[in-house]
Amino acid sequence: MYHFEQWNGFDGFLWKEEVNVRDFIQHNYRPYTGDASFLVGPTEATDKLWDALQKLQKKERAQGGVLDMDTHVVSSLTSHGPGYISEELKELEKVVGLQTDKPLKRAFMPFGGIRMAIDSCKQAGYEPDPELQRIFTEYHLTHSDAVFQAYTPEMRAARKSHIITGLPDTYGRGRIVGDYRRVALYGIDVLIAEKKKDFSNCGTGTMTDEVIRQRQEITQQINALKDMKVMAEKYGYDISRPAANAREAFQWVYFGYLAAIKTQNGAAMSVGRISTFLDIYVERDMERGLLTEEEAQELVDHMVMKFRMVKFARIQSYQQLFSGDPVWATLAVGGTGLDGRPLVTKNDFRFLHTLENMGPSPEPNMTILYASTLPQGFREYCAHISITTSSVQYENDEVMKPVWGDDYSICCCVSATQTGKEIQFFGARANLLKALLYAINGGIDEKSRQQVAPPYRAITSEYLTWDEVKPAYLRMLDWLAGLYVNTLNLIHYMHDKYYYEAAEMALIDTDVRRSFATGIAGFSHCVDSISALKYARVRAIRDEDDGMVTGFETVGDFPKYGNDDDRADEIAQWLLKTFIDMVKKQHTYRDSEPSTSILTITSNVVYGKATGATPDGRKDGAPMAPGGNPSYGAEQNGLIASLNSAAKLPYTWALDGISITQTINPDSLGQSDDERVENLVQLLDGYFESPAHHLNVNVFGREKLIDAMEHPEKEEYANFTIRVSGYAVKFIDLTREQQLDVIARTCHGAM
Amino acid sequence: MSSLIGRIHSFETFALVDGPGIRCAVFLHGCALRCKYCHNPDTWHPCDRLIHMTPAELRQKLVRYRNYWKKNGGVTFSGGEPLLQMDFVTETFRLLKKDGVHTAIDTAGQPFSPKDPDWMNRFDALMNVTDLVILDLKQFDDQLHRDLTGYGNQNILAMAQYLSSRGKDMWIRHVLVPGVTDDEVDLTNMSTFISTLNTVRRVEILPYHTLGLSKWRQLGLEYPLEGVRTPTEEEIRRAEDILNVNAYQDWLLPDAHQ
Repeated sequence: MYHFEQWNGFDGFLWKEEVNVRDFIQHNYRPYTGDASFLVGPTEATDKLWDALQKLQKKERAQGGVLDMDTHVVSSLTSHGPGYISEELKELEKVVGLQTDKPLKRAFMPFGGIRMAIDSCKQAGYEPDPELQRIFTEYHLTHSDAVFQAYTPEMRAARKSHIITGLPDTYGRGRIVGDYRRVALYGIDVLIAEKKKDFSNCGTGTMTDEVIRQRQEITQQINALKDMKVMAEKYGYDISRPAANAREAFQWVYFGYLAAIKTQNGAAMSVGRISTFLDIYVERDMERGLLTEEEAQELVDHMVMKFRMVKFARIQSYQQLFSGDPVWATLAVGGTGLDGRPLVTKNDFRFLHTLENMGPSPEPNMTILYASTLPQGFREYCAHISITTSSVQYENDEVMKPVWGDDYSICCCVSATQTGKEIQFFGARANLLKALLYAINGGIDEKSRQQVAPPYRAITSEYLTWDEVKPAYLRMLDWLAGLYVNTLNLIHYMHDKYYYEAAEMALIDTDVRRSFATGIAGFSHCVDSISALKYARVRAIRDEDDGMVTGFETVGDFPKYGNDDDRADEIAQWLLKTFIDMVKKQHTYRDSEPSTSILTITSNVVYGKATGATPDGRKDGAPMAPGGNPSYGAEQNGLIASLNSAAKLPYTWALDGISITQTINPDSLGQSDDERVENLVQLLDGYFESPAHHLNVNVFGREKLIDAMEHPEKEEYANFTIRVSGYAVKFIDLTREQQLDVIARTCHGAM
Repeated sequence: MSSLIGRIHSFETFALVDGPGIRCAVFLHGCALRCKYCHNPDTWHPCDRLIHMTPAELRQKLVRYRNYWKKNGGVTFSGGEPLLQMDFVTETFRLLKKDGVHTAIDTAGQPFSPKDPDWMNRFDALMNVTDLVILDLKQFDDQLHRDLTGYGNQNILAMAQYLSSRGKDMWIRHVLVPGVTDDEVDLTNMSTFISTLNTVRRVEILPYHTLGLSKWRQLGLEYPLEGVRTPTEEEIRRAEDILNVNAYQDWLLPDAHQ
């Protein structure tokens, strides 16, 4: 059992016996059931720092998206000296630490793939050190090169045709959330001691592959922990011991996260769930008379400012897929405990309040773990923040808690993971809509005319019926699921080998649970296309030369997903269940547990571009609906009918998440601010009791979007943030194509 | 009663301005009025997309949205003119009342026939299962009303008085069209009339908007208010002052919609 003077005043036993942050929280946190009236504005220091940071962000944007880049230093925990937002203001920073030595300067991170590291420099106008290029090309294999060496021709073809898309094979896979709270609660020395114990208990002496690999991984983790101490020392902190007060707790937790983003450039680098944990330190300091509300809010503001600064070097094609430079520094607040008490503390308010103190922002990806049983004051404040900033998303605690317990984090855009106990192998998306076209065309890609899938028999009828297409589609889906999972197996094998997340894994239990997250793209169009085949008359339009089906003439009405019409919604259920069952029968790497998702981020535009015309009436190359959203124009019965359709998809069939994005016109939400808040709370209560999984809420009108698209230079749009499928983004940072797509989908609330 | 078939134009499952809370609005087909600013002219004439439903079928559909109604929401029948399908509405409300649903109609009152005892019996039956009547007062002056809608308003004003005497909760609405329905004298008279009613819980100015315009074009109809602008904030406030909207705040009370 460990004892530290820094723990004075804390209750509980188990968390002193083993690394167990959840137990610590449950014994020491204080639920807050009041309203937002205690919140305070930014301090002078916050204003100054935020002002300085905004100037840098403006400059970054003016320079085309990159402010500065490292070209000579390979990023590691110890590679850079201390860095601050501004040298003159550094005394004001209550939470310190940058990825490199300068603010918004992007690190050189070659381990995910040297080519991408080089290209991202060159595309931004920088030339990486030739010696580094040589080392990582000739002497040291990187993740991406290893993956491509092992790919089969079929995998390459599927990747190229975009039937499998967004694979993490050129950069870090992300979605692994270290339990950064452990740094504050235990200090690094305890964590090293515990990992050493694990090392000595690793296997029985027989050197199987698994035991050898684990011994190596634990060693890497211990080395990372040692380096974290060195990293903190550069800023003048000794994190070998537990944090003694609130300021140290914020700082220690941030150092844990900083270690992750210095060493990994994953697509999603979530912060996790830290508000309730940190509130315990705030409350203790306040009781001791060491901290005021202003100072507490300042700590939160300064920490969040750091989360707003996370940057990675990316190539242009990546930016087209995920517009607006997102890093998914996802930070979850709210939720309830297994004992029924809400986990909401004053700190949960404070984190949301950063969106008022420093204005709207896409990062951190603020996520509210929602339940209608959360205190009224908190739900109202969440709704207020949605209405005024459109920067937060909601996820249903009531459906996630039974699966992940009460200390889960959101590890990506919407996917849950048990904090410190579980990791997720991220797996991009399979384009089920393209698979439908492959089924019709015998595995030949409708765009490239290449034989991508096996040459199954094509459908030659002039009029297509579901009876005829269904067996072909099932065969094609089965092929796709197998290829997809195998491709991911290969990628994750190489990632573990060449780009292992030592710093994050050091803050996760050695005996870790692994999930394997697949994903679906083109969902609603698939459902509507199947419905068209079933209920309308669909004629195949063929290319005169090669007989390939390149278009469809659909006559007659057919039910569409998004109208609470069981005929369409049952197709949606069938499709999801069919696909996840096909995924589940595959072997998955390291015995991970397979799941799937219906979320596409902004990539719905790029995926759509690569997909031909479909029987639901979607045109060749037109954007797909994002995530689990109904097709554009399909919703004929208003928002709630649409939400009811989404809610019919059982979360347990798509444990990686079903993302829904909706925009509501403020005028139609109610006449006064109070009415709008009350109505939005009621909407959220109803939706999550349905019980659905996820909702992005935007509150603004079409006119504002159009004006922002035409006049991005206006001051009021500099930080104008909107929720898109899976994350928040500054609207002016989207490509014009994506802006038009967002505008076309806006919005609910006709008069 | 079970052979009743409703003719429904469309649904809006997320209606927030047609009564208290979140409501499902059922837009019924058919209206005798021909308001120049109508934003649902597509409900005037039968079309091939008309939905036919029995009260039981409709009830079954509506209760799927009750998760969202909890505190104060419910169902609003709008149109079109719900009083043209009065018996269908009554029967549907009767079924919804068994589920404890808050019921409202959004009406222009034109079919109100105080001299027809049979009609009044059927209307009373509807009122027995209706919690709130949202009544559109389009013009106060009878002739102006005739010019705007094609009908006079004496029976509509009589309906307001009848509801008041019956103790039925009402929201009064007035669509404000610059140069058409914003005459100061007419608004003042309307305001005086409203003040004589006992059960008005809310008075709302609905600023004229042109969102319905495209429907007129689609229907091949000439839009009578072509070129008329939407009212300014100032004009809206002025009309609100005249109609004394701030005096009607009962709907804000937590128990106003039990």
